[in-house]
Amino acid sequence: MNLFQSLTNAMDIALASDPSAVVFGEDVSFGGVFRCTVGLKDKYGADRVFNTPLSEQGIVAFGIGMAVAGSTAVAEIQFADYIFPGFDQIVNEAAKFRYRSGSLFECGGLTIRAPCGAVGHGALYHSQSPEAFFAHVPGLKVVIPRGPIQAKGLLLSCIRDRNPCIFFEPKILYRSAIEEVPLKDYTLPLSKAEVLDEGTNVTLVGWGTQVHRLREVAQMAHEKLKVKCEVIDLRTVLPWDVDTVAESVCKTGRCIVAHEAPITQGFGAEVAATIQNECFLNLEAPVLRVCGYDTPFPHIYEPYYMPDKWRCFEAIKKVINY
Amino acid sequence: MIMASICRALHILKHYRCAETWSFRSTSVIATKRWKTSSVPPKHTAPIKQSYIEDRPQFPGSKTRSWSEKLEFTQPDIYDGIPVYRVMNREGKILDQSQDPQLSQEMVTNMYRKMTLLNTMDRVLYESQRQGRISFYMTNFGEEATHIGSAAALNDKDLVFGQYREAGVLMWRGFHLEQFMDQCYANIGDSAKGRQMPVHYGSKDLHFVTISSTLATQMCQASGAAYSFKRAQNGLCVMCYFGEGAASEGDAHAALNFAATLDCPVLFFCRNNGYAISTPTKDQYRGDGIAARGPGYGMAAVRVDGNDVFAMYNVTKEARKLAVEGSRPILIEAMTYRLGHHSTSDDSTVYRSVDEVNYWDKQDHPISRLRYYMVNKGWWNDDMEKEWMKESRKQVMEAFQKAEKKKKPNPELMFSDVYDEVPLHLKRQMEEMKGHVSKYREYYPLDNFEKWDS
Repeated sequence: MNLFQSLTNAMDIALASDPSAVVFGEDVSFGGVFRCTVGLKDKYGADRVFNTPLSEQGIVAFGIGMAVAGSTAVAEIQFADYIFPGFDQIVNEAAKFRYRSGSLFECGGLTIRAPCGAVGHGALYHSQSPEAFFAHVPGLKVVIPRGPIQAKGLLLSCIRDRNPCIFFEPKILYRSAIEEVPLKDYTLPLSKAEVLDEGTNVTLVGWGTQVHRLREVAQMAHEKLKVKCEVIDLRTVLPWDVDTVAESVCKTGRCIVAHEAPITQGFGAEVAATIQNECFLNLEAPVLRVCGYDTPFPHIYEPYYMPDKWRCFEAIKKVINY
Repeated sequence: MIMASICRALHILKHYRCAETWSFRSTSVIATKRWKTSSVPPKHTAPIKQSYIEDRPQFPGSKTRSWSEKLEFTQPDIYDGIPVYRVMNREGKILDQSQDPQLSQEMVTNMYRKMTLLNTMDRVLYESQRQGRISFYMTNFGEEATHIGSAAALNDKDLVFGQYREAGVLMWRGFHLEQFMDQCYANIGDSAKGRQMPVHYGSKDLHFVTISSTLATQMCQASGAAYSFKRAQNGLCVMCYFGEGAASEGDAHAALNFAATLDCPVLFFCRNNGYAISTPTKDQYRGDGIAARGPGYGMAAVRVDGNDVFAMYNVTKEARKLAVEGSRPILIEAMTYRLGHHSTSDDSTVYRSVDEVNYWDKQDHPISRLRYYMVNKGWWNDDMEKEWMKESRKQVMEAFQKAEKKKKPNPELMFSDVYDEVPLHLKRQMEEMKGHVSKYREYYPLDNFEKWDS
């Protein structure tokens, strides 16, 4: 399965195993602009898989209301770039519903899916990675998978988690990432990072598409520099798995965080600050961040903007030679 | 030969027209979910001629069935404003007997007691804020009938989403005075654990969703909850209260549009009290109030005298029936007047005249109007009024004193309910807070709070 098929499969399982579950958003009825909901309306009915009017604040609020009334709501925002009209509903409402009511009411049944990240030609409004905006909001869970197997397990966890979750799907992987995805119903733990390649010299931390670049860089570093990198996929951005990363950095003594979003106040800043606090005595070099620049996401300049393997490779050289 | 080719041409035309009719109809079925016309394409020739002659707009985006060759703008003042439905006049006289809801003496007396009890509680809590005993308060003066009249017409299990000036709905459903007070004092009795500002009430048992300060955010949530109810087929509806100011928010637009397109059994109840803090309605909108927007969304709408508790009751009762039976939203606009200040942080004399306020207080008050009705019926008199005023004040003061004595909740409760379980990083932050406060205990108001273990 590719990534979009594994997501369809996850939603199929969610709809089959929970009669209260519904899937909705702009254009999801005919299968979605990225084909993630193909066939679901025919299988589960138009009252469970349906189009909404074109309004992101409406979509999020409608999902909160359904969740408050006890349903499982899987809302789709067509592009993460367009999640901002729903920002108030996500930040002031969904995230705080349980806390402000003392658990009398909650909207834990809500999951918001949104395609994110660079896609080669998406320019300003089809490329953004807005996870850091949401990582500043207590009460939310923010999850980003790196491939089809992860996507299915993590999405099912989000849908069943009793907290509002935002699930960002790296859209460049929708068709390009293909894996043998188990057909059965399975979940993967939230707030748990995964160590993909073990190493002893440098810890590389990323999420989403960036994980693949980091693995490639780790391979390059091994071949060209004889440097062994430990690659960690954070998977959940909030609440994130500090211990797994800190443990790795205590072992390697060096850490690089990389993400597509702009560097200033990106989630890399949080990781770097926490790691210098937790691993100060073990650090052999400053924690480096390889990120997008502090510009809007550009159209023709995308190759220069991206935290690609060469920029990451250069960072490895820097921390090794520090 | 010529005849034959004409026949052939007609034949082609026939197929063409049929196909067009067919495809148009099937689209319209999907788009509107209404199946009034037959889905089978007509087999005889009559419709061909008809559709050929009847030159109607075929655009998928509107209900329009006619063209116009005259350039005319649809003006906003084509009618005289949606009329205000009322049942009794300012002296409590029923104007049209057929509209009398014929409520029992017990029910009407209960309505009156709840309206006045709310009024008494408002006075006490308003004063207590002035004395610095609670941090904030918002009164319900002048809008008591909108709360009690509408709440009385709902099923007690209908889910209510409110704004913040609907305490009477909770009172009608049986929220105790002490529960109101506990929330305002944010003490250990507050079921929401003292986290929100005063008047942000909520009750799971009474199906009243906890209030938040953000305006209009509850509106599309109400549409979503109503959609859930429709799917659950539980025979309930959702009631959503909001002010005319909140109706300017984008969320209001989303809510009405979602409710209409997704056929949600929800009542949108607008309290149009003339002001959003200092902003008069002339600065809020230029149309005919809020009710006039209903048809624009494809929604039935009604305007009602918000100072007439029976009109409120009738309208809500009927709207509820329409919403539940027809699985559709209804818009209710209750015209009223905000007698009190916006909140304890506001002095309304700065932006409106005392004469204006006095008119509504002395000449057209929902409580006095119901009292006239009861006196006319022989159900109420001055002695009963005096006794009830004494009794209700006593009840309020007792609850008030009880609430004031209770401690604040354990500071550990700052960290729970952020998530369903306290995550690791919050556990660590909680321990950090406790360690810090223990070290500097003389600088924190620990005596006012429940103690944490260890």
